[in-house]
Amino acid sequence: MSFDFSKIIARSRAVSKQLSGGVAHLLKKAKVPVFDGYGKLDGVAGDKRKVLVTPTKGAPVTLTAKHVILATGARARTLPGLEPDGKLIWSYREALVPDELPRRLLVIGSGAIGSEFASFYRNMGSEVTLVEVAPRILPVEDEEISALARKAFEKQGIRVLTSAKLGTLRKSASDLTVPVEVNGKTEEFTVDRVISAVGIVGNVENIGLEGTKIKTDRTHVVTDDLCRTGEPGVYAIGDLAGAPWLAHKANHEAVMCVDAIAGKKVHPIDITKIPGCTYCRPQVASVGYTEARAREAGYKVRVGKFPLMANGKALAMGEPDGLVKTVFDAQTGELLGAHMIGAEVTEMIQGYVIARTGELTEAELAETIFPHPTISESMHEAVLAAYDGALHF
Amino acid sequence: MAIEVLMPALSPTMTEGALARWVKAEGDKVTIGDVIAEIETDKATMEVEAVEDGILGRILVPEGTQEIAVNTPIALLIAEGEAVPDAGAVRPQASAAAAPQKAEQPAATQQKSASATVPAQTASSVQPAAGKRIIASPLAKRIAGQKGVDLSTIKGSGPNGRIVRRDVDNAVTQGKPVTSVTGQGAAIAPSSSSRSVPHSGMRKVIARRLTEAKSTIPHFYVSVDVELDALLALRSQLNATSPEEGLDVFKLSVNDMLVKASAIALKRVPNVNASFTDQAMILHDNVDISIAVSIPDGLITPIVTHVEQKSLKQISQETKDLVKRARAGKLKPEEFQGGTFSISNMGMFGVRDFSAIINRRRPLFWPLQPQKSSLW
Repeated sequence: MSFDFSKIIARSRAVSKQLSGGVAHLLKKAKVPVFDGYGKLDGVAGDKRKVLVTPTKGAPVTLTAKHVILATGARARTLPGLEPDGKLIWSYREALVPDELPRRLLVIGSGAIGSEFASFYRNMGSEVTLVEVAPRILPVEDEEISALARKAFEKQGIRVLTSAKLGTLRKSASDLTVPVEVNGKTEEFTVDRVISAVGIVGNVENIGLEGTKIKTDRTHVVTDDLCRTGEPGVYAIGDLAGAPWLAHKANHEAVMCVDAIAGKKVHPIDITKIPGCTYCRPQVASVGYTEARAREAGYKVRVGKFPLMANGKALAMGEPDGLVKTVFDAQTGELLGAHMIGAEVTEMIQGYVIARTGELTEAELAETIFPHPTISESMHEAVLAAYDGALHF
Repeated sequence: MAIEVLMPALSPTMTEGALARWVKAEGDKVTIGDVIAEIETDKATMEVEAVEDGILGRILVPEGTQEIAVNTPIALLIAEGEAVPDAGAVRPQASAAAAPQKAEQPAATQQKSASATVPAQTASSVQPAAGKRIIASPLAKRIAGQKGVDLSTIKGSGPNGRIVRRDVDNAVTQGKPVTSVTGQGAAIAPSSSSRSVPHSGMRKVIARRLTEAKSTIPHFYVSVDVELDALLALRSQLNATSPEEGLDVFKLSVNDMLVKASAIALKRVPNVNASFTDQAMILHDNVDISIAVSIPDGLITPIVTHVEQKSLKQISQETKDLVKRARAGKLKPEEFQGGTFSISNMGMFGVRDFSAIINRRRPLFWPLQPQKSSLW
């Protein structure tokens, strides 16, 4: 089997372009005037705020509005000596639009972004090394999920190094050598590309925060749970406003913010009800407390697990590797968290998110009839496993 | 512009009431002072008067609705010729009150005018047919059950006023009604040979207050036998002086005489005509005596004020009037709130002795109200 790598990338860009074009069209349809340029808070005029917009070409204009929402997003964090150069060292931006498939790749950071690129490039055929400073990959996920992800990655041929320290990187014209220290032993990796995926920083510069009551904390604007900043009438949403760095969180904040401005009743966002999805293979999806975090928070927990190996649909699809895990508060039956790894889990996590948002207990979940044959049946089984025991395992 | 008629607070402690009856119908013309509806609280039935001239455009809360929160819009008054607005266009009073509890709320306050047209909550959720169905999440219900919280006393902050976990948690931290009474009530499920009768608002308050009183106020009881022969003789003698008919007719009861006797005694021993507060003993100059009157829904205590200055005849006539209106549910708040001393008399039923419970009526005051049973 062969494939054309450049066409894969071209297609992904085309889809992305279609989607952003769709947003532009929706704005136009909704008669939202769009000013292309760099915006900056610029004091007040009466009861309104001024925003200075400097377009890429043409003269600056000043807009006024009673309410201003800051949504300048974030960019890749850079480590000294690992600044993306657009050629040998990539951030996610360059990694999305590669000119060619690197033969040897080293990915620094195993959060969602790092794991996704490691997985994608490995599946495309690159020789991939994944380096993580923490003791496990996908460090925010449940420990068991991290362990299974690592096992799956290693089975696919990804070299995974955790609790790893980076030495000084050496560049040549066409490749790089990266010393990595694990357990006191240093190994040198010579690769064609390095992807730096060590987190993000908020775009708080040059947007006129100076001299206002808007506070920032480690490159993110400080907001309350209704996205309000310290300055009345100024809101901040999305990556600029803090974790989790997820598009659906930003989207929800935007709607909430606008609803609040329009005088509607809104409900603060509870980050333990925001799902997280990682599009590596196998996929990872989760919501709420991990088992360890629930215990730390003082909950007495009931944990249920169901392996996809015992699920008919997963077996039929040839995707038997995976696990669904639930964490319940033993006292109240609240679904504290759910953690999944395996095929299609990013499409399924919403079931648990609805349960958490709607404050369902184990009783309603146990009484819900899940369709057969689907992978989602294992979500039901993982609930039963936390109580009376799974039916099919 | 339609004017909202809000659920009135008929007493300082009133938080909710029931809509007993609509006196006016939709489309009726009303002028200031017209009685448009009757409201039933835990203590009495009272009338709601129109505060503006206009037409009763729309009734938002149907007759018989229970547990309507104070300030909930119950009707819309419109000017003559004005169109009746949609129920949905009503300012969502309940949601405004339950809006996120953060101190400042720039967005919401600055945009109040906009919110008037936003049906963030539908009319049906503004006026939940409370007492019938409580909308709460499964988790909220379970935690309420575990902690003995009465969900009917909680206002939901979730979508459409749904009670969610944080509302129950807040209720627990604020020490909302977690009385053993409601707790037990919840635990006793009606069996096939029994039936469940929903509590009236008054019954709930009585249960709550008396439990609170008996468990927080030290009670001690003293009994003494008193020979009433002289009193009864005096009563016959006085009653014999009543004219046969006319406005001046009177018939003194033993109770009237006990009321007067208590007043004289309280003036002699002022320390008993007192209310206990955490800081001090409040001594009252006048003697206002509450008389317990049994009514179908429970009990109410109308007050004969300034008993020390009143004649037996006055006391008798006032008491009759108060009792009559108490039974008809027509007392005004000031006629049953307060009091410096209470009398519960069951002598007419042949009761020889009983132990009353002090009724703690005001949150700041703990009226010290020795109960007195009579014997004859």
